[in-house]
Amino acid sequence: MKIYVPRDAAARALGADAVVAALRAEAGRRGVDVTIIRNGSRGMVWLEPLVEVETAQGRVAFGPMVPEAVAQIFDGGALSLGLTDELPWLKGQTRLTFARCGLIDPLSLADYRAHGGLEGLSRALTLPGAEIVREVTESGLRGRGGAGFPTGIKWKTVHDAAGPQKYIVCNADEGDSGTFADRMIMEGDPFVLIEGMAIAGLAVGATKGFVYIRSEYPDAIEVMTAAVEVARAEGVLGASVLGSDRGFDIEIRVGAGAYVCGEETSLLNSLEGKRGVVRAKPPLPALQGFMGRPTVVNNVISLASVPVILARGAAYYAGFGLGRSRGTIPLQIAGNVKQGGLYEVAFGLTLRQIVEEIGGGTASGRPVKAVQVGGPLGAYLAPHQFDIPFGYEEYSGQSALIGHAGLTVFDDSADMLKLARFAMEFCAIESCGKCTPCRIGAVRGVETLDRIGRGDSAAIPLLTDLCETMKSGSLCALGGFTPYPVMSALTHFPDDFAAQAKEAAE
Amino acid sequence: MSDQSVTVARVQEIVAAHQGLEGPLLPILHAVQAAFGHVPEAAVPVIAEALNLGRAEVHGVMSFYHDFREAPAGRHVVKLCRAESCQSVGADRVAAHAQARLGVDWHGTTADGAVTLEPVFCLGLCACGPAAMVDGRLIGRVDEARLDAIVAEVR
Repeated sequence: MKIYVPRDAAARALGADAVVAALRAEAGRRGVDVTIIRNGSRGMVWLEPLVEVETAQGRVAFGPMVPEAVAQIFDGGALSLGLTDELPWLKGQTRLTFARCGLIDPLSLADYRAHGGLEGLSRALTLPGAEIVREVTESGLRGRGGAGFPTGIKWKTVHDAAGPQKYIVCNADEGDSGTFADRMIMEGDPFVLIEGMAIAGLAVGATKGFVYIRSEYPDAIEVMTAAVEVARAEGVLGASVLGSDRGFDIEIRVGAGAYVCGEETSLLNSLEGKRGVVRAKPPLPALQGFMGRPTVVNNVISLASVPVILARGAAYYAGFGLGRSRGTIPLQIAGNVKQGGLYEVAFGLTLRQIVEEIGGGTASGRPVKAVQVGGPLGAYLAPHQFDIPFGYEEYSGQSALIGHAGLTVFDDSADMLKLARFAMEFCAIESCGKCTPCRIGAVRGVETLDRIGRGDSAAIPLLTDLCETMKSGSLCALGGFTPYPVMSALTHFPDDFAAQAKEAAE
Repeated sequence: MSDQSVTVARVQEIVAAHQGLEGPLLPILHAVQAAFGHVPEAAVPVIAEALNLGRAEVHGVMSFYHDFREAPAGRHVVKLCRAESCQSVGADRVAAHAQARLGVDWHGTTADGAVTLEPVFCLGLCACGPAAMVDGRLIGRVDEARLDAIVAEVR
């Protein structure tokens, strides 16, 4: 009997390891021979741990599984969800980047190959670098880390740059609250990231790659480290990539708890062993990146989307999406939501569809008050904005950003003044200290919001002015985007800022 | 050998094992902390010398990152996520409960040296918060009862 129990961090945090132990014991009692595969997550976090049993008809799901109910895996019962592939949450998705996540054994290269893995890399090996770059450019892929910069254009800059050594740096410092796509793919399908990085290496002429993973992700670090070793042993990485005369190797590096290191220049400094202080641009990292050499710095999902683009062609990928937002985006539905998890789909869904239909509304059952899109530096959107389609330009038109596509849902008990204060406090704690608007501005922001909280409405114009300064005067997105959550909270939920004043007056 | 020279010898070993890396300082600091539970003061000059850096530079890097400790933590470290997704499902309430229960503020260690309480900003468990990390193990949907169970387990 072949049984899948995810080893994804969310599944483990919800008791997957205890389920495995109970499952083994139960199988022993019944004298049933079981093979347990620790797969990635299918992304339905509210059903985790989601156990699957392989049958002649397909995989049958059980969840959320608890150790006390493992007998149901053998006998059926209330936790049985039927065929996994028929679950509406999965059926509604277009899984390109996450096609294999949850399906395969993450560390089996044979499984990876059997499900279309390495086709992109094999094709890339037959193409000149400039052709690979062109393919990625034509796919319309934009940086999934948040900035949305066209990946192909970044690659072209590195391709055209001269240097004794070039690098591919994968930014896996996924620090934004509400996001976990990078973590999930690293834990569930690590070879797709390795393949994407190798293709990037071939494209721009880099032979060395780094994956900079945040220390808060112990499971991802473990799986990626093991996967790199497997890839090396099986000839995917090393001096001869898939038996060719091209070399590429990867090193896993671990961050040390600094949020700002998700910013690319700060990450490069950290990788070099320095304080994670932001660098002024120019020079672009593409020209003077790691150790001053030409470097591609891409987010995990950007790189993990490259293999399918090379395997199926740019036109196939670009066939999904809307406007200038091409392809698919792994939405991460989080916070106070009934059905939270990862949902990969073409761009263009409205927030209402995402939160109400896919997410099923709030977990608390109360009305949705706000959704923060794009992490701690993203705007809070109010229900009257829930009909804008999910796309880069569509969101920037609303003074919002899609960022890494994390969506955090809040019910009507949320205090928007408190959340605005938190945004400033977070910026103050995490500021690298290099530029004044961020370092000092965030501290003043907390103080100003405290004044508003005490009922001093004269501080509101001051806050607006401060946000303007931070937005245009900061060196990077930390200070520059903290005004998004603050100003959106103030603009769309003025009552939360005025109500405090009233209470204080009374 | 004195404690000091044992420390220095161990740090030298760690540094030697990482010398071939490009930008070896963070991997070295992680390894030193893994070996000692913190980065001992005596390690700084050893690392500085080997990497041809000033002591102040090494100290500067160490103090920049939240992960590196100058002194050992309690026997157990409980990290609670303070970020927005966890806040939306009651993280502030759970944190206040933890602080009251342990009698410490953030970064504090209980008087018996058993537990250090730390904030963390996102563990990637945003669809099953509030999230905690106890001695490196992740726990989702932490409410007051589960927090009490965690505390009982580590005390």
